[in-house]
Amino acid sequence: MAKFGKKTKAEVSIPTSALPDIIFMLLFFFMVTTVLREQEILVEQKIPQATQLQKLQKKSLISYLFIGKPKNSGLYGTEPRVQANDALVQVPDIVQWVNQERDLLPEADRPGITISMKIDRDVKMGPISDVQNELREADARRILYASIGKVDQD
Amino acid sequence: MARKKNRMGTEVNAGSMADIAFLLLIFFLVTTTIASDKGILNVLPPKLDPNNPPPEIDLNARNIFTILINANDQLFVEDEYGEIDNLDEDIKAFILNFGSPSEEGTALYNSLPASLKALSARDPESSDDPGDAVVSIKTDRGTSYEKYLEVFDLAKKAYFDIYAARVNLSTDEYRALTGKTDAEQSLIDRGKEGLPMAISIAEPNKIGGN
Repeated sequence: MAKFGKKTKAEVSIPTSALPDIIFMLLFFFMVTTVLREQEILVEQKIPQATQLQKLQKKSLISYLFIGKPKNSGLYGTEPRVQANDALVQVPDIVQWVNQERDLLPEADRPGITISMKIDRDVKMGPISDVQNELREADARRILYASIGKVDQD
Repeated sequence: MARKKNRMGTEVNAGSMADIAFLLLIFFLVTTTIASDKGILNVLPPKLDPNNPPPEIDLNARNIFTILINANDQLFVEDEYGEIDNLDEDIKAFILNFGSPSEEGTALYNSLPASLKALSARDPESSDDPGDAVVSIKTDRGTSYEKYLEVFDLAKKAYFDIYAARVNLSTDEYRALTGKTDAEQSLIDRGKEGLPMAISIAEPNKIGGN
């Protein structure tokens, strides 16, 4: 017992010299994984929940459309609007936008272009079906209703 | 030993390095939004060609499972006021009804696991064959997107449940299959074989919206 007591008296210090390295490693991880938002979202985005989510394999094929009420209602009104890239577009201009997006892809990938529709949950089906009709017109028929996972009750 | 002690004096104090790194780390933690590309996949029908209208296909009404959502977000399932609670089970029972299956349908039925066979009611008033069964979702222009997505989600769930049960996976496992390897692709194909995902989105009615 006496011996035991002696041992606890010995100076115990955890070497902290490696701590900055560990923290730096974490820091680099986050710096690398961070995707800085290159575009400002001009419409409200409360993404609805769903359960049957699927992940797309090729992220490069995805182009985003944002639909929702404009945040700046004084300037853009209160009706739901469509945002493509960093500007609000009119519904008939979507065909042109899709063609531009498609031209950015390599030739082989063009038929697989997928439009991720980030739609606010308060939007009504009317504007959405107008947009979908335009997408059909532009032959960009693969769409993804962006949603976040719902925790199952059962 | 003595030499080492002499050097100690010239060492730069790195004790606060961790704090600085922590500060940066917290900054990135806060500003990071991990981009999520998850969602429900849908394939729109091809555009209408005015010179070449699609052939009129007469589907028997019993082969179509109609879900109407009106502008007040109320559900009408098969012309009856419906609830969303058991919709996925109803859709599953409809798809796997096997009222009067074709030869392929009979072969398909025999290949199903017992848990799915149990769902088959063989009701002559419901779908003839999974190959013919169509789930139709129709909304009004005033229907909220949230409700529509909820119903669409359930219709997808019904199909994925069936696919997953055929290959002995859980629904989540089946959905997570990417098809990157041949083994995964064959699992996906075996689940889908003979059972196309037929969810039709009808043009919305002009009610309650603009």
